[in-house]
Amino acid sequence: MLELKALTSGYHGTRGVVVEPVSLTLHGGDFVCVIGRNGAGKSTLMRTISGLQPPISGAAALEGRSIPEMSAQERAQAISVITTDRVSSPGLLARDVIELGRQPYTNWRGQLTSEDRDIVREATHRAGADELSPKPFDSLSDGERQRVMIARALAQTSKVMVLDEITAFLDLPGRVEVMALLRRHASSFGKVVLLSSHDLELSLELAGQLWVVHDGRLSFGDSDELISNGVIERVFDNEDVCFDPSRRRFAMIQGSQAAAD
Amino acid sequence: MNQTAEAVSQRPRSGVAAIAVFAVAIAAVSLFTLSYGQVVLGLDRVFEVFYSPASDPVATQIIQNLRLPRVVTGLIAGAALGVSGVLMQALFRNPMADAWSLGLLAGGQLGVALIVTAAAFAGPVAISFLTAFQGVGLTTGALIGVAVFAAMMVTLSRRVGTITLLVVGLMLGFTVQGLVSIVTHFANRIGGRVYSGWNDGTFASTTFGDLTFMLPPIVVGLVIAIASAKGLSSLMLGEAYARSLGTNVQRLRWQTLAAVVLLVAPVTAYCGPITFIGLIVPHFARAIARTSLILPLIPLAALAGGLLAIAADAVVHLPWEQHFLHLNMILAVIGAPVVIVLLLFSPLMKGNT
Repeated sequence: MLELKALTSGYHGTRGVVVEPVSLTLHGGDFVCVIGRNGAGKSTLMRTISGLQPPISGAAALEGRSIPEMSAQERAQAISVITTDRVSSPGLLARDVIELGRQPYTNWRGQLTSEDRDIVREATHRAGADELSPKPFDSLSDGERQRVMIARALAQTSKVMVLDEITAFLDLPGRVEVMALLRRHASSFGKVVLLSSHDLELSLELAGQLWVVHDGRLSFGDSDELISNGVIERVFDNEDVCFDPSRRRFAMIQGSQAAAD
Repeated sequence: MNQTAEAVSQRPRSGVAAIAVFAVAIAAVSLFTLSYGQVVLGLDRVFEVFYSPASDPVATQIIQNLRLPRVVTGLIAGAALGVSGVLMQALFRNPMADAWSLGLLAGGQLGVALIVTAAAFAGPVAISFLTAFQGVGLTTGALIGVAVFAAMMVTLSRRVGTITLLVVGLMLGFTVQGLVSIVTHFANRIGGRVYSGWNDGTFASTTFGDLTFMLPPIVVGLVIAIASAKGLSSLMLGEAYARSLGTNVQRLRWQTLAAVVLLVAPVTAYCGPITFIGLIVPHFARAIARTSLILPLIPLAALAGGLLAIAADAVVHLPWEQHFLHLNMILAVIGAPVVIVLLLFSPLMKGNT
């Protein structure tokens, strides 16, 4: 469904290429976790795939249609995005924010049909945001806002959902819940979900497919493959932590400076 | 669920009720202005003028040539400024933005001043040309001035914060006020009507003939404003989200700016710098509509702006012993405290300074 053809992401100018050419295909139902060290280029790659910035070369295509060539509205119907940007919108209710997810489908006035309202209600419910819906968006906690933004993305009923580090503000149960919700969304509706996360162990646990961004390259596979061929260790191990393949957990190295503290 | 459904239906209802209240208030203030002033006409004489103008030539003269144009100009100008304020605050994502506070009106004034001065120095032919095509000339000058200053402020807004932008805008206003006074001082041979209302806003120097030049750009601006409303609502989530929701942000910016220029320039050309209306009216509209989604704000801001404009004008034109009151003084007495309260207490300003 989503096909990357030698997609190179980055910026024209001094920063240059951030992630070297990637070619792969994702299918409906795929739940992909994108992991990598800080500044490895996860966000750049995901922004490029979602059409928020143009690729340096190559292309991302959805069902054969090149994403950068889509009209803004067509792209909005195809791909929903949640970014790391902290949103503050005084004067909007959580419900207003979720309803904005229907904008790619509504008329010039942004008026919701009864079908739109049903979709919004369903999305709100699935994201567990029923109680938040009538509250002012700015009165919500970070975690609650995230939930509302997920409801908004669900209401967008896109084939692909791209989420950039959205679990950062959540506690552990919250993260598991959100990731499980998104995985269910992918598998039961045949959608592609792309989620970047710093939560390595959880990603190894839950992801159908893992993308590891490191040194400007993307390695991908399921977690067993990436563990057995040593990619995880190579990317994340340092003098203080190392990955233990047998337990699929990271552990502090005994005798390291961090452990001594 | 019930609660949610109620809240959904409440919003449009409160909007409709507010629109009805505004309509009644506007009618009341208009009738008051038409009937009361230096010459007191009773309501019966006002209605007489509308039904059989020939029977009361004095009242007809006063109403048709003086009071009615003033009320109509006030309504149009107030509505244009109110709507432009909604657009500016959404576009700049800045609750203190409006055409006056960010210096766009000053740009318009300067544009008009330069056109008139250029004509004055070019000689009598240019002056007679300008007198003949005054409407077009002044509006063009204001359009260019407002557009240039708008482009400047957009560029600046990428580099400085909300309050800095506001102060720069207000300082531009003072600078232009000074420049215009100097220009007027040296170019006063043409003087007269062209200069009236330059250092103070007024609705009193506009004729029905002027309105035919003033109104078309404002109508176009209003149409563009309504067409931009959906995109501006999505922009409340920030640029990245607006784009991901299908808004062409670049185009939206230019489109909204064009609407602001078209709404504001004719008002500046004919009424001078009208302060505070565009700044405070959007806040009233948001409070009434109980949302900051853009589309429901536009009719409310237009009506509230019109009402505020003609109400302030009514106070100015009460039959005072001496005529020292000016429109902008009245607007400042209402507007400045509102701005202070907003700056100190509004959740809109949180984390914005």
